[in-house]
Amino acid sequence: MIRRLFPHPVLSLLLVGTWFLLVNKWAVGSLVMAAILATLIPLATHAYWPHKPRLNSLPLLLAYIALVVWDVILANIQVAKIVLFMPRDRIRSRFITVPVSLKSPEAIALLAGTITMTPGTVTADMNGDGTALLIHSLHAPYPDAIRDEIKSRYEARLKRIFE
Amino acid sequence: MTVILSLLLVIAGAFGLIGSYGLIRLKDGMQRLHAPTKASTVGLGAALLASMLHGLANGAGFSWQELLVMVFIFVTAPITANYLSKLHLSSRRADLPETGTPRPWGTFDATLDDEEPVLPQRPQS
Repeated sequence: MIRRLFPHPVLSLLLVGTWFLLVNKWAVGSLVMAAILATLIPLATHAYWPHKPRLNSLPLLLAYIALVVWDVILANIQVAKIVLFMPRDRIRSRFITVPVSLKSPEAIALLAGTITMTPGTVTADMNGDGTALLIHSLHAPYPDAIRDEIKSRYEARLKRIFE
Repeated sequence: MTVILSLLLVIAGAFGLIGSYGLIRLKDGMQRLHAPTKASTVGLGAALLASMLHGLANGAGFSWQELLVMVFIFVTAPITANYLSKLHLSSRRADLPETGTPRPWGTFDATLDDEEPVLPQRPQS
């Protein structure tokens, strides 16, 4: 019964959290509204989530987010330097192929998103069956180093969190 | 407090400006895609942090709403970037590196997958 009513408990909790962030203050009325939304939205979108995304460890995911935020700040400064001071013809942009060993769609999406949000690299495409990502890098004198960093820094962590 | 707030706003403005300047300065479409990612991460982040702390400074209380703005920006921005680059890919197919796998890049992959993609299953409890 409870499982039928809340097919995705984590999604329901997330919706309650989102609603309170939207309301931006504590009130009983908001809690009622949040509960209604947290029941209805997962039921209505149930058909699109036939499989439960698997999450091994929430603390590791939070640590991952903190790591990405830190990397974003550092990379921002680097890219700002390139934009402001590097002569235009010395910027070496190129495409890089990154093989992906992740299987979970959520993990691959998160990896692609991470690569795009860290300035200097953008995920451009994925191959037909999701085993390689095409990345464009703003300045990549050593493309192999960027590929290895993505694999060891982000992919390895995501593998532990989702698989 | 005022000093911290103004510092954050200056950082936000500076990164926004560098992002827009990058749009003019960089050469082609793919390079230009990199410039706005700065404005939308550190630039926006600093502005939102300033907004959150501002409530604390004038006694209205700490505001959590900005966290939500940040989350939505981080979730949606990569999708826009991905669409723009996919559009760009079709005009320079020849320059792309190999995938290193049997299948080509998704934009040019004409293979139809008949069956549902295999998703990781949780063992039934």
